[in-house]
Amino acid sequence: MPRLNAGQRHTIQFELNGKSVSGETEPRLLLSDFLRGVLGSTGSHVGCEHGVCGACTVRVNGCAVRSCLTLAIQINGEKVETVEGLAGNDTLSPLQRAFRRHHALQCGFCTPGILMSLSELLDTGTDVNEKNIREFLSGHLCRCTGYGNIVRAALEVFAENRSGRAVSDD
Amino acid sequence: MGSKAVPLWGRFLGQAIERVEDAALLTGRGRFGDDLPVRTDTLHAAFLRSPHAHAELGAIEVSGALAMKGVEAVVTGDYAKAHTKPFIAGVKQPMEHYCIAVDRVRYVGEPVAIVVAQDRYVAEDALEKIHVTYQPLSAVVDPEKSITPEAPVLHEAVGSNLVSDRTFVYGAPDEAFLNSDQQIGVTVRYPRNSCTPIECFVVVAEYDPAMGGYDVLANFQGPFTLHSVMALALGVPANRLRLRTPPDSGGSFGVKQAVFPYVVAMALASRLVCRPVKWVEDRLEHLLAANAATGRVTRIEAAVNNEGEVTAFDIDQLEDCGAYLRAPEPASLYRMHGNLTGAYKLRHVRVRNRVALTNTVPSGLNRGFGGPQLYFAIERLMDRIAARLHIDPIELRRRNLVLAEQFPYRCPTGALLDSGDYRRSVDLAVTDGKWQELLCRRNQARAEGRLYGIGCAAVVESSMSNMGYITTVLNAEERARAGPKNGALTIVTVALDPLGSVSVTIDSLPQGQGHRTAISQVMAEVFGIFPEEVTVESGFDSAVAGWSIAAGSYSSRFGPAVAGTAYLAATRLRDRLARLASQHLNVDMEELEFADGKICARDNPANSVPFRRIAGSSHWSPGTLPEGLEPVVRETATWTPPELTSPDSSDRINGAAAYGFIFDFCGIEIDKATHRVRIDHYVTMHDAGRTINPALLDGQIRGAFAHGIGAALLEKFRYDEDGQFLSGTFADYLVPTACEVPDPIILHTESPSPFTPLGTKGAGEGQSMSTPVCIANAVADALGVDDIELPLTPDRVAALMGDDEPPFRATEGK
Ligand code: FES
Ligand code: FES
Repeated sequence: MPRLNAGQRHTIQFELNGKSVSGETEPRLLLSDFLRGVLGSTGSHVGCEHGVCGACTVRVNGCAVRSCLTLAIQINGEKVETVEGLAGNDTLSPLQRAFRRHHALQCGFCTPGILMSLSELLDTGTDVNEKNIREFLSGHLCRCTGYGNIVRAALEVFAENRSGRAVSDD
Repeated sequence: MGSKAVPLWGRFLGQAIERVEDAALLTGRGRFGDDLPVRTDTLHAAFLRSPHAHAELGAIEVSGALAMKGVEAVVTGDYAKAHTKPFIAGVKQPMEHYCIAVDRVRYVGEPVAIVVAQDRYVAEDALEKIHVTYQPLSAVVDPEKSITPEAPVLHEAVGSNLVSDRTFVYGAPDEAFLNSDQQIGVTVRYPRNSCTPIECFVVVAEYDPAMGGYDVLANFQGPFTLHSVMALALGVPANRLRLRTPPDSGGSFGVKQAVFPYVVAMALASRLVCRPVKWVEDRLEHLLAANAATGRVTRIEAAVNNEGEVTAFDIDQLEDCGAYLRAPEPASLYRMHGNLTGAYKLRHVRVRNRVALTNTVPSGLNRGFGGPQLYFAIERLMDRIAARLHIDPIELRRRNLVLAEQFPYRCPTGALLDSGDYRRSVDLAVTDGKWQELLCRRNQARAEGRLYGIGCAAVVESSMSNMGYITTVLNAEERARAGPKNGALTIVTVALDPLGSVSVTIDSLPQGQGHRTAISQVMAEVFGIFPEEVTVESGFDSAVAGWSIAAGSYSSRFGPAVAGTAYLAATRLRDRLARLASQHLNVDMEELEFADGKICARDNPANSVPFRRIAGSSHWSPGTLPEGLEPVVRETATWTPPELTSPDSSDRINGAAAYGFIFDFCGIEIDKATHRVRIDHYVTMHDAGRTINPALLDGQIRGAFAHGIGAALLEKFRYDEDGQFLSGTFADYLVPTACEVPDPIILHTESPSPFTPLGTKGAGEGQSMSTPVCIANAVADALGVDDIELPLTPDRVAALMGDDEPPFRATEGK
């Protein structure tokens, strides 16, 4: 990485949900602030800015990372996915549909981060059960739901994945 | 179908339909406070906060900060003093609380200065360039110490940290105690904790010099009594403080009530720079200085006969409200005043209520609001009585419960409990929740040498607060002088547009509860249309919406108040539409049916007209309406329950419109090695009256359950003896994760409220009142100890077990 001057602005370019984007950033700008403030991509939320709550979770090159602990400048040239990229054209992904079906969200502030973490887990093909999904989710704080419905939604989507079919939405 | 129709129940009401909110929230299209666009000339604020718990404030040197590139202004106490007034509170005391500190700081984190700059990063840099001279004073963080003569006094003009002290007597408690077989008491301490929504505070304020007023966007949650508090502090008429809220709010649980001092602070800053100013609170600021529930020390004694019948309570409550008595406090102490007897039918009560100030964060609304503190005392006491008299704890409670035939039941302290069958609820919970099996489980665990305990708790959950309950803190004379306060005026507007679709404006400022969904269900049921066709506006604008001081989401008012008033508005509109349809179809109004998007003749469904056509028609042809019918385009219903009267001359107060019932029991196991409490089995029975959407109701129960577990096992704002704050991150202030919250078994009964339009009661908070004490009772049972203090962290459990484990922090104050 080239040496960066604190006061200087740098242009970064990366792929956001499949589209190339670019913008100027100071070296100290957080990825969360860049996405929200510079690009206006406000789907990822900020709940603590110290890496505990998980609301800001996005995927960088497929891996779930906390955008509040990542500098914008670090993702130059990388591939970033956020909650805005989860749904196809006008259709919710199976994970999003399961969340709706199970009332797995209330205020929805923690939800984008949880969805991004779970989407990573889904892609890895990990075998889950209630115990390990709870452990996995313990990296996210939700103050509204008491988690039970999130666990149920997640387990159902993993089960769908295993059996290779989607539970119908209605 | 006519005006006499009873509430419909079935097609959409009572169904667990999916939420209309979710599609946007799941795709990152929520519109939270920090997501909304602001004017391009908006500046950003950062707060300099006090590092001292108690200190005289000397000179504030701001020139270094002002010299920085990008810094526009620094606001200090002098400017606040010149342009705002101190906030008013529920008790008149010469205590000056401004939006930022003036002369003295009284808790760590209290705002001392505001930097306004081109962006937040620059504003935070500039904080380091401000130099403040402090003269530290000694601090007090414990309410029992703060009211002793040796304690440092926070507000010299008040002269004492005891800011309110009232004693109330209902019935003849002295006689009851004299005639009782036993007097049994407990002393308990409830800690200060906070519901910490994941979204912090957001405020954007803009000053309008031409009007001399302010336009503010804030993720405020009500109550709108605080709008008056803000307008008075800013010295403007209420119509010059336009308050808007974003359509989505990331949780609140009462906490976002406390954004109001920051609304005034940002308004002030925008006045200084004549540009919009935005502030987004960060988590450290939130934990340090936003809002915590009151702490409470309670001594409660019961007069009991040998059969276990409780005849009187003698209660002494000492409330810790933090460094300032901030509106609506001391409401935490008075919210439950009307039903200090909980679910029980005793008739004699004496209660002393004292309010103390300490060098800690000011208190305010938090889920349960006064309930967790009160029920912790009552339900610990009931267990103590049961143990002393060797009566089964559930049986003891049964003997004392208000009986089904007593409803509506007037409590000695004034609450009018609307409906219920508490014994039946308890009995059902015992059977369906498998109480007997739980007893076997305990026996078995104990036989294996494990530490297993069972607890229970009965709670009456008040909902839809009487706007007058807080005046119970005043005596009758002071109340007369202040003028009557009562009721809880709710306002909902249902509008029909030219194409016949339905839009609703509500006054509840939702924060995730699903109000839009529930209101859509009410509309769909009344108009015979589909929930997804209805639009419900959740963003609020005080310049546009109808509102009263009662507006907001607090005291679980949505179910009884907002849904009920929406129902009233919709039915009135439907009855007027029926006149139009009756003319159109040439069918008697009483013979019409609204269903499947049509209005039709009940016995001849082929004779029908689309709902939309009739609903839009007044826009197109107001000239040809039937004789005497006003155009049918909108209906605003206002409703306040007549039962919500002011406190009477004997200080009896009916604090809420509706009262639900909860009965919980649980089994817990304590790990002997780690001292962790694991919840093994948790059953909760709810009677919340009629249910609009069972999934939304369960969501409230599950969420409040998680908050209850946090309060029971993890959460406490910790201060050292000097008042330094030790819980400033989510790594220090632990809240429950998916691993700590098991699935409760949720059971329901339904006793419709006779006092609310839909028979609904509120249900957002009760679980936060019952769970902490239910778990505490189980831990007491497991360990065979009497004195239980929350949170039951491993170190505290170890201490209760007599095991050695270093305390959480060696420096923790006590
Ligand atoms: S905001 Fe990034 S983890 Fe909380
Ligand atoms: S849904 Fe509100 S924090 Fe999770």
